[in-house]
Amino acid sequence: MSWDWNYLWQVLPSVLEGLLVTFEATVLGALVAYVLGLIFAILRRSGIWVISRLVWLIVEFVRSTPLLVQLFFLFFVLPQFGVTLSPLTAGVLGLGLHYATYTSEVYRAGIEAVPKGQWEACVALSLPRTRTWLRVILPQAIPRVLPALGNYTISMFKETPLLLAIGVLDLAGAAFEVGSLNFRYVEPLTLAGVLFLVLSYPASLLVRFLERRFGLAK
Amino acid sequence: MIRFSGVVKKFGNHVVLDGLDFTVAPGEFVSLIGPSGSGKTTILRLLMTLEKVDGGKIDVGGECLTHMRRGDRMVPADEKYLRAARQRIGMVFQQFNLFPNMNVLRNITEAPRYSRRVPAGEAERRARELLGMVGLEDKADAHPTQLSGGQQQRVAIARALAMDPDVLLLDEVTSALDPELVADVLRVLREIAASTDITILCVTHEMQFARDVSDRVMMFDHGRVLEEAPPEKLFTEPDHQRTKEFLRAVIERR
Repeated sequence: MSWDWNYLWQVLPSVLEGLLVTFEATVLGALVAYVLGLIFAILRRSGIWVISRLVWLIVEFVRSTPLLVQLFFLFFVLPQFGVTLSPLTAGVLGLGLHYATYTSEVYRAGIEAVPKGQWEACVALSLPRTRTWLRVILPQAIPRVLPALGNYTISMFKETPLLLAIGVLDLAGAAFEVGSLNFRYVEPLTLAGVLFLVLSYPASLLVRFLERRFGLAK
Repeated sequence: MIRFSGVVKKFGNHVVLDGLDFTVAPGEFVSLIGPSGSGKTTILRLLMTLEKVDGGKIDVGGECLTHMRRGDRMVPADEKYLRAARQRIGMVFQQFNLFPNMNVLRNITEAPRYSRRVPAGEAERRARELLGMVGLEDKADAHPTQLSGGQQQRVAIARALAMDPDVLLLDEVTSALDPELVADVLRVLREIAASTDITILCVTHEMQFARDVSDRVMMFDHGRVLEEAPPEKLFTEPDHQRTKEFLRAVIERR
């Protein structure tokens, strides 16, 4: 087996295009996961039995079914109900929804780590509910959960190749595609692997830094 | 100002208050003393609506705190009713419970601004005035973590007063403090007791303080008022043996 540098340079643009898609899917998916997860966590604490039970059911259901099945559902089944999503949109929503069930647990832990006395002080001061959440509870809870959110973001980054199943050519997908066009996979797939590594390793260092700075243990 | 009528409070199977009755007059300073677990703190928490009664009712300032009128019946108060009702009541906690993500000034102005809609400038002027009263005018921009426990507690007192409550609840406010920091907090409380007409309910183990500032002292045991009397009477010639034992134990511990 030989290594062909010329071929590597030739496939580089297509692979980088895939990297861009990976970024897009990760960033947008992560935003969905951050926001939706927070909404889940807050709704579960709403004190309204029906709502917290319903959210619990959704979270458990999504978490205990495979992401791949959810992607298939969003992309191939929803059109039957008149909702047609582009591959990337379906991918972002699927990834975001799936990871929202994990981030909601992370937020929940962060919220529970805020001392009970903070809630009681808010009651004693008659602070409105939104003010209590936005100015007192979340500003104390979120710094503590940043490392965990970071870890999930890295996981999402590494899970984007799954989107190939619904036709999104991410970093790995693009490498595979260009490889199969030329019947030669070594260079593009190696390149994709190296790119995943050089991006996710520094990211995990950043997470470790965040952990030391804000972690729950502190 | 405050009336407990047959108040029952249980935690699981444990009955903390079993049909408690008492009243507090407007402007009165009442100290609640007694062994731990006798229900003193529960009384304050019920008044602050941090707990719900399991029976009986509580009135504050002539209005019912625990129940509201629906049609011609009284039903347990809902959250919306409680939100309005608790505005007249302030509380200072054993653990201060200042907001660590806000500076001192912000801790004090937050509630007036957002639950009473006081304009920012007005809330800040009042906050600085209160900080002056508790002797911390120079700490407005400090963060709670930069303050000693005694300073934090004085900020917490200012924060509670910023809402202009009719009733102030003090829940063992010096218990978490190092002994040398207690005096400053008590001095501030004496001043408030002397200079305002706020009705104050104070759970404390500081017997000298209770004796100096209280209009009345209530001795609790097992969720009941064992005896109540003006401080001079209760601390010198209590009616009950149990009270004598308790006072001796507290004094010896110091």
